[in-house]
Amino acid sequence: MILSSKMKGILLKPIFNENPIALQILGICSALAVTSSLKVTAVMCISLTVVAAISSMLVSLIRNQIPGSIRIIVQMTIIASVVILVDQVLKAVAYDISKQLSVFVGLIITNCIVMGRAEGFAMKNPPIDSFLDGIGNGLGYSVILLALAFVRELFGSGTLFGFEVFQIVTNGGWYVPNGLLLLPPSAFFLIGLFIWGLRAWKKAQIEAPDFKIAANTSKGEVF
Amino acid sequence: MAKNDSTSKTIRVALTLCIICSVIVSTAAVLLRPAQQANKDLDRKTNILAAAGMLEKGDDVIAKFETIKTRAVDLTTGKFSDSVDLQTYNQRKAAKDPELSIDLGDDDIAKIGRLPKYMIVYVVEGNTGLEKIILPVKGYGLWSTLYGFVALESDLNTVAGLGFYEHAETPGLGGEIDNPSWKAQWIGKKSYDSNQKQALTVIKGKVDTSRPQSVHEIDGLSGATLTSKGVDNLIKFWMGENGFAPFLANLRAGEA
Repeated sequence: MILSSKMKGILLKPIFNENPIALQILGICSALAVTSSLKVTAVMCISLTVVAAISSMLVSLIRNQIPGSIRIIVQMTIIASVVILVDQVLKAVAYDISKQLSVFVGLIITNCIVMGRAEGFAMKNPPIDSFLDGIGNGLGYSVILLALAFVRELFGSGTLFGFEVFQIVTNGGWYVPNGLLLLPPSAFFLIGLFIWGLRAWKKAQIEAPDFKIAANTSKGEVF
Repeated sequence: MAKNDSTSKTIRVALTLCIICSVIVSTAAVLLRPAQQANKDLDRKTNILAAAGMLEKGDDVIAKFETIKTRAVDLTTGKFSDSVDLQTYNQRKAAKDPELSIDLGDDDIAKIGRLPKYMIVYVVEGNTGLEKIILPVKGYGLWSTLYGFVALESDLNTVAGLGFYEHAETPGLGGEIDNPSWKAQWIGKKSYDSNQKQALTVIKGKVDTSRPQSVHEIDGLSGATLTSKGVDNLIKFWMGENGFAPFLANLRAGEA
């Protein structure tokens, strides 16, 4: 299938230009919670991408029938159903990982990215575009999560996908793991650095300040 | 008013959507249940075998588990009991049922709330009789309840293995209770001292092996004081008088 340039835009824009985490600051909760190991993160990213794509497509399919007064709950119902499906499938085929992800798959329901795309894009656009938009945003989310997980797992436990890269001290090696990276707050710092890097590269993403600090009114003694 | 916004249309859309979604979700749940159940079962059996140190890479878990006997223990009498249906009994549910559990009050050192009257244990028998016994344990760590198994050798004192199959401790810190090299030091430790008092304990820092009591001591996990304390508490509880100590004494005397 050859994608038209418009479709390509829909698919690729959310990865760096309109990244849901870095630009819109959505979906932070799971970005903090599941990124201490790459394997778990990868499954979470796939799950979110699937949910975002399918639910956007379904919402878009019935967008002309949805009454405005209940549109949010209709979107929620569709998203919740897709999430439950994904959760059930994971439990059946990848039990170990679903155990580690525990509630976080279920919490995709409340992930602002999925809901944001359903309300912001799928309600106004045809199904195939919406599907691509869901995939694109899922990829945008995945890029950041995988980057976080890469740093956190490598420097936090000395492994990548569970394979030893740095032999850590407790196993007789030389590397003293950085415990902070295994705790959720470290993801905040890393996301902050990522956003800084991204906005230094793509200046258009820098937001105008919300307000200006006024100059002091009295020029004399302040205190 | 837009064409979709009439009351009847709203109700129709809502109802249709709910019916379709519920059919899809319940169909998936029903169809996938056998696979999920099999996974859960395999997971539980793997954990039991791993705790007993009986699992090697590439083993057929199901076949190996066939050699293990499942028995219920009545904690109030300290004896085996046949009055529970092993297929349906669920000790987690029983812990919430006032008729099947005991309120621990001040004895609740492992912070488990209520103690089920019956616990399921796993008996490994060889040609010479009892080889190992695998006991379920649980207790509160830092963030979560730790669920696991402790296996004892046939003297009912030497630890043959320990493993947790469910917890939500911090990965890399408290989560190190899953670290194979930490778990390995439990093997060979003695649960009871010469007076049959519970003595096994997780200490803070490294064990000084020159001390005679080091046979009862386990290294604490660095950076995970509270999780270590939780493991210490749960071992003290389950190996103690309110836990399996009376049963183990009976078993040793051949009266269980």
